[in-house]
Amino acid sequence: MPAISFQSVSKLYPAAGGTSLKALDAVTFDIEEGEFFGLLGPNGAGKTTLISVLAGLSRATSGRVAVHGHDVQIEYAQARRRLGVVPQELVFDPFFSVRETLRIQSGYFGVKNNDDWIDELLQSLGLADKAAANMRQLSGGMKRRVLVAQALVHKPPVIVLDEPTAGVDVELRQTLWQFIARLNKQGHTVLLTTHYLEEAEALCSRIAMLKAGRMVALERTSELLKAASSNVLRFKLDTALPAQFEGKARVTGRIVQLPAHDAHEIERYLAIIREAGLRVEDVEVRKADLEDVFLDVMSAGYAGRSAVAAAPPPDDGTAHGADPREADSIEAPTA
Amino acid sequence: MTGWQTLLYKEVLRFWKVGFQTVAAPVLTAVMYMLIFGHVLQGRVKVYDTISYTAFLVPGLVMMSVLQNAFANSASSLVQSKIMGNLVFILLTPLSHWSWFLAYVGSSVARGLAVGLGVFLVTAWFGRPGLVAPLWIIVFALEGAAMLGTLGLIAGLWAEKFDQMAAFQNFVIMPMTFLSGVFYSIHSLPDFWQRVSHLNPFFYMIDGFRYGFFGVSDVSPWLSLAIVSSALLVVSWVAVHLLRVGYKIRT
Repeated sequence: MPAISFQSVSKLYPAAGGTSLKALDAVTFDIEEGEFFGLLGPNGAGKTTLISVLAGLSRATSGRVAVHGHDVQIEYAQARRRLGVVPQELVFDPFFSVRETLRIQSGYFGVKNNDDWIDELLQSLGLADKAAANMRQLSGGMKRRVLVAQALVHKPPVIVLDEPTAGVDVELRQTLWQFIARLNKQGHTVLLTTHYLEEAEALCSRIAMLKAGRMVALERTSELLKAASSNVLRFKLDTALPAQFEGKARVTGRIVQLPAHDAHEIERYLAIIREAGLRVEDVEVRKADLEDVFLDVMSAGYAGRSAVAAAPPPDDGTAHGADPREADSIEAPTA
Repeated sequence: MTGWQTLLYKEVLRFWKVGFQTVAAPVLTAVMYMLIFGHVLQGRVKVYDTISYTAFLVPGLVMMSVLQNAFANSASSLVQSKIMGNLVFILLTPLSHWSWFLAYVGSSVARGLAVGLGVFLVTAWFGRPGLVAPLWIIVFALEGAAMLGTLGLIAGLWAEKFDQMAAFQNFVIMPMTFLSGVFYSIHSLPDFWQRVSHLNPFFYMIDGFRYGFFGVSDVSPWLSLAIVSSALLVVSWVAVHLLRVGYKIRT
C-alpha cells in the first residue's frame, strides 16, 4: 500500500467571468512507504494546492487522495493522524510559549504525556533553550523550527514539507535536513516541495514536476539527470549573443549556459564563438544538474526525449526504501 | 486530555492570558452602567412594586455581560486565527466538527460566566438583588452563554476581517441585547414595541434569568426556557453543519 496515493486529482477554482481556473488537472501518482519524494514546479504550478488537498485544508473537485489507504475526506481522522504537515506560511499562535504550543498540538491528536518526545524534538531542532520563550519573541528561523516540531509532535509516519527552507539561513537548512534525513532512514516517508533544486537533487530519490496544474515529469532523480543533456558549457560574455545560440542558451546577466549532449556539440559551440571573434571569460564545462532538467522540462523541451525517459529505470540503490518494481512513467507535456 | 478537551483548554487559556482585557475590562464597563443608570434612574423608574431600580438593573447587566463576552470569545478567537493563519494548526488535526463545536462554545461559556460572576459580585454591592430561585439563574446563564458562544462561532466562521465581525456585533448582537429589557421591563413599553420585544430571543434569556433573582418576570420562566432552548438547538445545528462542511475554512 502506498504511503500517499493521488488518483486523478483535479481542483477547479471559480474565476472571473464565470470561467474556472484549473489549479490541478488529473494529477495521478503514488509515493511508496519510506520514500524521500520531491515535488517541484514554478510558482503557481499547483504544489501547495496539491498539499492542501492531501492535508484536508482544501477539497479536490474530483479524484481521490489517500494516506496509507485512508481517504483524506471519508476517513479524515485516520489520514490526518498519519500526516505531519509543515505549512509554507510562517504562522504561529502569539498567546503561547514554544513548549505550550507543542503540548497543545500533541493534545489535539490525543497524545498524552508527550514531554520526552517534545524534548527530543526541541533538542534535535536546536530549540532546547527556547522552550519557555513566547512565540512572538522568536526570530523567523526559530519560528520555522517550531513549525517543523509541531508537525512531528504526534510522530506521523508521513512527513510533508511545503517549501520548508524558503528564506531560511544555511545553519537551519543543515540542521533541518540532517534531522529529516534521519527520520527518513528510520522509515518515515517524506514529501518535499522546494525551490532549491540542489536540495531536491541531494535528498529526493524520486521527483515529480508540476506545471500549470499538470504533472509533466515523474521519475527517479538519477533518471531525470540522465535523460537531460549531460553537460553544460558555461562562460561569461560582455557582448551580444550570437544568433546561433538564440533559444538554446540560458542567459543570466553576463553568464551564458548552453546544454550539450556530447563533446562534439561543445566543440561546435566553441567554433561558433571563435568564428564570431567573441571575447569570453571563465569558460567551463560542467555536469548537468536538476536545475537544467527543471528548466528543460518547464520549457517543454523534454517532450522530444520522453521516449528515453520512459524506459524502465534500473534500480540504482540510491532510492531508499522505494519499490524497485514500480515502473515510473512520464506524462506527455501539455505545451 | 483528549482532543476536544485540549482545544477547550487552549481556548480558555487564550482569553485567560489576556484576562485584563477579556474579563476585567467588561466588568468595569458594567460597573459604569450601574453607577450612571443606577444614579440617574433610581427612584424615577419603578419596574416591579417591591424592587428598587438598581436591584432590578443587576441581573440585566450581569446577563448582558455574559451574552456579549460569550459572543466576543468565539468570534474574535476564530477571526484572529483566520487572519493570523494559525487556524491551520487545528485544521490539520483529526478533531471532528463536534470537537470544534464543544471547545469553542465551551470556552465562550467559561468566559461569559467568568465575566458574569465578576459583574454580579461588583454590582450586587450597589443593588442587592434577591436569590429566589438560583437554579433558574444557572440554567439561563448557561443557555444564554452557549447561545451567544454559538452565534460567535458562526460569525467567526463567516467573517473574513475584523470589521465584518464588528459589524455583526454592533448591528445584530448589540441592538438585540439592548432592546431585550436589560434596562427596563418591557411592560413599560408601548403595545407595539412590547410585541416586537417578544420576537427577540434575547428578551427571554434576560427575563428568565431575572426571574431567578426576584421570582417575578414578564413571562413565565418555563416559556422562556422553552424558547431559549429551541433557539439554542437551531443555532447549534447551524454551527455544527457549517463546521462539518468546513464553511469558509476548508476551501
